Amino acid sequence: MSATPLAYLTGAGARADTTVSLTWFTLIVSILVCLIIGALVWWGARRYSARGGALATTSVTVERGGNGIRWIVIGLIISAVPLLIALVWTMAALAEISGPPGNPALVLDVTGHQWWWEARYNGTHPSDTFSTANEIHIPVGVPVLVRLHGADVIHSFWVPKLAGKTDAIPGQNNVTWLQADVPGRYRGQCTEYCGLQHAKMAFEVVAEPRAAFERWRARQLQTAPPPVTPQQKQGLAVVNYRCSLCHAIRGTSAGSGYGPDLTHLMSRQLIAGGALQNTPGNLAGWIQDPQSVKPGSLMPRQYLSGPELAAVTAYLETLQ
Amino acid sequence: MADLILAEPRSLPVGPIGRNGIGWWGVGALVASEAALFGYLLFSYFYVGATAQPGWLAEPYPKLFPSLPNTILLVASSFVAWFGEKGVEKDNRGQALIGFGGAFVMGAVFAAVQGYEWWMKPYGLGANSYASLYFVTTGLHMAHVLVGLVILAALFGWTAVDYFSPRRRISVSAGVLYWHFVDVVWLFVFTTYYITPYLGYAR
Amino acid sequence: MRPAAFRTPEIGEDNPILRARLHAIWETTPGWRGWLSTVDHKQIGLRYIVTAFVLLAIGGIEALVIRLQLAGPNLTLLTPDQYNQLFSTHGMTMIFLYASPILSGFSNYLWPLIFGSRDMAFPRLNALSYWVYLAAALFLYSGFVIGAGPNDGWFNYVPYAEKDYNPGLNQDFYALGMVLLGISTTVGAANFIVTFFKTRAPGMSINRVPIFAWGTLTASVANLVVVPAVSLAFFLLWMDRQYGTQFFKPEHGGQPLLWQHLFWIFGHPWVYAIVLPAMGMVSDALPVFCRRPLVGHTLVALATVSVMILGFGVWVHHMFATGLPGLAMSFFSGASIIITVPSAVTVFAWIATIWLGRPVITTAFLFFASMILLFVIGGVSGFMTASVPVDWQLTDTYFVVAHLHYVLIGINVFPVVGATYFWFPKFTGRMMDERLGRWNFWTMFLGFNLGFLPMHLTGLLGMPRRVYTYPDGMGWDILNLITSIGSFAFAIGVLLFFINCWRSLRHGEVAGDNPWGAPTLEWSTSSPPPPYNFAVIPTVASRHPLWEDQLREGEGRSSLFRGMLLDHGKEAIATTSLDADPERILEMPEDSYAPLLLAIGLAILFVGLLLMRGIVAGVGGALVFLALLLWLWPRASLKEREPDQPEAAHG
Repeated sequence: MSATPLAYLTGAGARADTTVSLTWFTLIVSILVCLIIGALVWWGARRYSARGGALATTSVTVERGGNGIRWIVIGLIISAVPLLIALVWTMAALAEISGPPGNPALVLDVTGHQWWWEARYNGTHPSDTFSTANEIHIPVGVPVLVRLHGADVIHSFWVPKLAGKTDAIPGQNNVTWLQADVPGRYRGQCTEYCGLQHAKMAFEVVAEPRAAFERWRARQLQTAPPPVTPQQKQGLAVVNYRCSLCHAIRGTSAGSGYGPDLTHLMSRQLIAGGALQNTPGNLAGWIQDPQSVKPGSLMPRQYLSGPELAAVTAYLETLQ
Repeated sequence: MADLILAEPRSLPVGPIGRNGIGWWGVGALVASEAALFGYLLFSYFYVGATAQPGWLAEPYPKLFPSLPNTILLVASSFVAWFGEKGVEKDNRGQALIGFGGAFVMGAVFAAVQGYEWWMKPYGLGANSYASLYFVTTGLHMAHVLVGLVILAALFGWTAVDYFSPRRRISVSAGVLYWHFVDVVWLFVFTTYYITPYLGYAR
Repeated sequence: MRPAAFRTPEIGEDNPILRARLHAIWETTPGWRGWLSTVDHKQIGLRYIVTAFVLLAIGGIEALVIRLQLAGPNLTLLTPDQYNQLFSTHGMTMIFLYASPILSGFSNYLWPLIFGSRDMAFPRLNALSYWVYLAAALFLYSGFVIGAGPNDGWFNYVPYAEKDYNPGLNQDFYALGMVLLGISTTVGAANFIVTFFKTRAPGMSINRVPIFAWGTLTASVANLVVVPAVSLAFFLLWMDRQYGTQFFKPEHGGQPLLWQHLFWIFGHPWVYAIVLPAMGMVSDALPVFCRRPLVGHTLVALATVSVMILGFGVWVHHMFATGLPGLAMSFFSGASIIITVPSAVTVFAWIATIWLGRPVITTAFLFFASMILLFVIGGVSGFMTASVPVDWQLTDTYFVVAHLHYVLIGINVFPVVGATYFWFPKFTGRMMDERLGRWNFWTMFLGFNLGFLPMHLTGLLGMPRRVYTYPDGMGWDILNLITSIGSFAFAIGVLLFFINCWRSLRHGEVAGDNPWGAPTLEWSTSSPPPPYNFAVIPTVASRHPLWEDQLREGEGRSSLFRGMLLDHGKEAIATTSLDADPERILEMPEDSYAPLLLAIGLAILFVGLLLMRGIVAGVGGALVFLALLLWLWPRASLKEREPDQPEAAHG
């Protein structure tokens, strides 16, 4: 991961790259304009006739001089050049990147929830379809179509290094597309204020070579393995009793779509909407007291006993 | 030495004369703002209708009875109010009272008939976005009608105690202007809700 | 015998006996009675200014707490809910309760004076607009104070604002408070528009009107027609929340984007309305410190109007990420790029005025000259966001936060502070301290730029807006710390400004009528002006009445000491819209309690709606009705009706 994971002055794919050059152009023009205007104001003021207050002001006589209109006309003509360039370049860039590609290699359905991201990978059969959360894998070098949905309030889907942002609006079918030309892990973030934990609604897009992607997808399609040790079995029992109200683990009786699908929880590097590294300690801490990590999160404190928590964690660790 | 420019007007009116006066401009500005309000209400209808699923119209063919005769009644009341204003202009108190009183009665009947029409609708305020837009738009219009009725009643009363004359009648012009505004807005609201479905909008 | 309906106004010279008579006619009743019933535009203007500055200070403290929370990653000074209420209230306070009212305050005080008139067109309406503003500010803040402040940003998007996601009173306070505030803005706008067109001094033809008046006029025309959009949006939200309507809920055909369209159809013109009058202040005051008239006065007036007109056609640029059709976005993107052109006209006019003039460095000049640079910095960041593909990266990041603070602080706050240094002598009769003023300026200027210039980079590095905290490892830590430090430095600068105002009120050097040697009509009155403003109505012959002898342009000279007396009562003159020929003698209202009563009635009505208590709303409604009746009852003194006759003689 880079030192500035959400920066977009460089891109990692075709769609982002088109915007990067336009961004740099407008940025450089802007800085130049500020320097020129700053210099004009500074030098103009340096030619002052007096300094002080009321007496200094009235000591300088009033006189109209010079052809000022010329300044305005020249200023406008010079300004018009970068404006026109920006206008034309904008239209061209917009035409290039806005429309989703004709033949996307992959079509995803991403739904924004308060405060996590659901990604559904469709197949031809229901058994080919799976949902995961917050970590979205895509094949490198090909366009990926993302259909955006809002489950509750408006969210916005943004992976700066791969594309600009598009809102996920309830009742509306927005569409965006991504393309990563360099394999890597790209951070994303919700960028439409959506309530208490808008700040911690991050996600990752993992771009990998086609073969690796297919391996990941095949893995995700598998159902959860049955628990082996007694501790894991106890863990599953607690999970079925407590967690199945909101979570799904395919292969068990937990089947709710209200919260993230946990079937391959341990395949994800981050948990809690990108707020924590997926380590056993963090996982246990998150389960027991989500409110201390994300106050206002819709996942309540669990008040599990020590052994219960250890059992749950042990079971969840089997969900690779 | 340059000349001193000095305004020396002769024989200026003192205060409002007839329908000319600064107060008329103030009511005009208020009317412009309220007209914009209804503009946004109708924008909301057209926007939601354009982006809605098929079947959005709760009434694909809205019933024109009693709303069409009611509309004609309201428009006619503007003429009657104008007749009353003319009465003040010609110093004919009787004509003025008939005009303001008549417009009041016609406006009150309009309100009652509209209330009946609301009562008879098969859907309520919260059924769907079409219903909400219909009731809130006609409801806000009704609020403006009720204010207009109060204004007409006040004009009737003030005329009855001889406040106005052909010279001093700015309140009459302002009040009747407001009533005309209420009626013109209704024409737009009526066309939007009752006529455009027949023309195919959002169907 | 009915009193004459026509009169030839007497012409006379300014003299002490006339002044004493006018003083007795126009002065406000002394004591608390006068305080509650005054219709004097100068008193109302000062109230607006003081109230708005208090709210600026409150909003500033909110910002400092925000910057403490964001000074480093993962800080826990505030809970998410507290933070969300703070940033929303900060935005609401600055944009609605400070930025527009402060300009209304300066406009209220100055307009009749720069127009050579005795008051605004509708003095009672003027009083009403202030009382309702105060009521709305109290209403909105009472929610914040009980922990139910706005919590969905100042822009309040749905569905998050709906009851399902936001069950508390927060949204109800905000929605109803904004509708109440909208009443103040609307009546104020109507007052400014009619005053501009109908009550200028004879001879002040449309091409001689100061740019400050053009700025407030265009803002008022815009407000008059767009405030209903936001009032409607908030009303529809309140209906969704309280009466189960389906305007914004997609489950039953509602449209979340309807909120955004209505809000931004209002919101974009609004942000021009809160800078154009301030730009006008710069256009009128900067030339005084360059000892020459503004370059391109006509072009600048036209540019002011053009910006506002174009400003109606760009609102969708706040919605580029919402999935709209490409063609629509292209149009709004193009319009948003083009709108920089008329703004550039004004900037070049100011620069030319400095270069072709003989600048005098005073504190006011520093604020006016520096705002040119801040304006341009804000303008170019806006230019960047006008391009749709670039905006798709920039929007909702701290880049936009940097942009909006440069335009609001640069084009509203800096001019307002400069305007205070400039007009303080006129309002109070005392000069502000120039030495403290220099400290004030440099602290504000350096602090502001230290705080907000790095913020552009923070945004380019991807930090999203409206987040109560951020993780480390994003590259944002140092930048946020610098911004927090700069914000505190800026706040110290603002504190120095308030201290200067406070101290100068008592200890400032006494000012004469025209300490700056300025050209416009307000400087021909005493400092502060008498209640009646002008003993005789001036006749205007140029844009710069008090500079005519020095500039020696044109044939005529304005008449400042000889003119219509209009002393038969509380009288003013109405003139024609374009040429300002005298048209009518206006009878002006006396002090009245009706505006205060109406504002109190409205406040009670809105409290009743907030609490969903019919009795309370009913009482408020009844008081509103009575106050309106009292106000609008035709009065013989105002020539709204015939006086009572012993014998009834018609015709």
